[in-house]
Amino acid sequence: MTQEEEMLIMPGAWNLPFRHTAGRFISRFFRELRDNKKIYGVRCPQCRRVLLPPSSFCEQCFAPCEEWLEVGPQGTLEAFTICYVPFLGLPPPPIVPIMVKLDGADTSLGHLLGEVDLSDPRRARELVKMGMRVEAVWRDERRGEIGDIQYFRPVG
Amino acid sequence: MGRRVAIVGVGLTKCSSHRKDVTYPELIYEAVSGALAQAGLTAKDVGAVVFGSMDPFDGVFAPERWNVEACAGAGLANKPFMKITTGGTTGGSVALGGYYHVASGMFDVVLTVASQRVGESVEAQLVLNTGVDPIYERWMGIGAITLVANQAVNHFHHYGTSEEDLALVAAKNYANALNNPYAHLQRHLTAEDALRTRMISWPLHLSDCCPSSDGACAVVFASEDRARRLAETPAWVLGAGQITDNYWIGERPWYHDWDSLGMLARRVYKQAKISDPLAELDVAELYNAFTINEIIQCEALGFCDKGKGPELIRQGVTAMGGKLPICPSGGVLCSNPIGASGLIRVGEAALQVMDKAEKRQVPGVKTALAHVWGAALGFHVLMILGKNAP
Repeated sequence: MTQEEEMLIMPGAWNLPFRHTAGRFISRFFRELRDNKKIYGVRCPQCRRVLLPPSSFCEQCFAPCEEWLEVGPQGTLEAFTICYVPFLGLPPPPIVPIMVKLDGADTSLGHLLGEVDLSDPRRARELVKMGMRVEAVWRDERRGEIGDIQYFRPVG
Repeated sequence: MGRRVAIVGVGLTKCSSHRKDVTYPELIYEAVSGALAQAGLTAKDVGAVVFGSMDPFDGVFAPERWNVEACAGAGLANKPFMKITTGGTTGGSVALGGYYHVASGMFDVVLTVASQRVGESVEAQLVLNTGVDPIYERWMGIGAITLVANQAVNHFHHYGTSEEDLALVAAKNYANALNNPYAHLQRHLTAEDALRTRMISWPLHLSDCCPSSDGACAVVFASEDRARRLAETPAWVLGAGQITDNYWIGERPWYHDWDSLGMLARRVYKQAKISDPLAELDVAELYNAFTINEIIQCEALGFCDKGKGPELIRQGVTAMGGKLPICPSGGVLCSNPIGASGLIRVGEAALQVMDKAEKRQVPGVKTALAHVWGAALGFHVLMILGKNAP
């Protein structure tokens, strides 16, 4: 076999539609985002942690949760990255995926940071800091999904 | 504990961005025929097969069915055949599956095979994006790179780790890969070169991230009596295990200490009767898909204190010729056929124990560690192999 030998490629693609069930708890969480611009967590009756996203049971205690509490809309940035390269089929860069611990919650929510000038990567690193305070920015036309919080932005 | 088990044969394929010269079964055949030849076995000697890959990277549902013929002719020979998929730890889980098959006493010779054609995924990060929560997280566009970048930012924040430290890890692994004919990336790279590669996702440069690779690996596990007859120096399993971490990444501080790996290490070191891993291990093959992973793994595995991983790389402790060489193969950083990469770590560790690692051999290896992580930082597998039976 020589290196010049032509190797043929057969194209393929998966385009399989799915429908993911939100269930009773997540549906209520999303309805509150959509209708009232409020973010709710649930409190575990045993460990007393406030879980966000809300869950019908606490993994740590393996106990059902029923008590709903409003959290946020401000919080603290617990982790982040600034992604500069495009990936086929994914949102165009630059994007800032973050973990934010909303005030009143004991767990962090994954989301995106906005309203930060990312054009100069060196400078962007000075603008996005661990522990910085952020707040939710609401989408005008909310649809009952996590993206109803359009992004978080630095406070002040 | 079950019966004593040893590895008696390892088969590797050349990894590359796209192995256009072989079909999927032909790629598997390369690995399996290599493992059987090294063990001095024929396809007929295989009692059962444990296979692993992650379907969406290959674009085929249940690729194990496509590959039954290449797995020692398991199809026409009607052999027992099990498929395991656990994200990035797939290859590690496959090794555990093979080990448990033999340790249970139910099979004497088990062929384990793990493979991935990431080269057939036109965009691997898009596939990885389907692995995060579809209701809350997928829309953000996150994948393995951005998850690990978050981990890196936290390690930087807590311990003062720097881009320069990551660049040293890259340079060490690229240098090692030059000794490994199966490695995908085979080029000289200095730490200065690494720092000049483009920023992918702060603080990870291109040279901090693994490539997308096609590749496969096969490893033969055998019972004690078969192993002693088959191999001059079998690689005995001294300890092995898996650990699972929580699903919601927001439930803990951001994996800068990777506590679950530390917990698993303590369990597995106890099995292998290891109290000082830096002194007692002779080589480690870690799943360093990203440079920061290797630094944190050194800490969690007890090679140094928390936050001191960068010192090991700066002092050359983990280089070839150092006290504990890490990834003489160049590691996952230089070849990542994802589902296969875990079994490649086990296979490379076995080759080191069997003195069959050729140009990448660490002299006088008695005990070797293989590590695998996967599932959005949530799963780990460890296996410790040794020259002396447990």
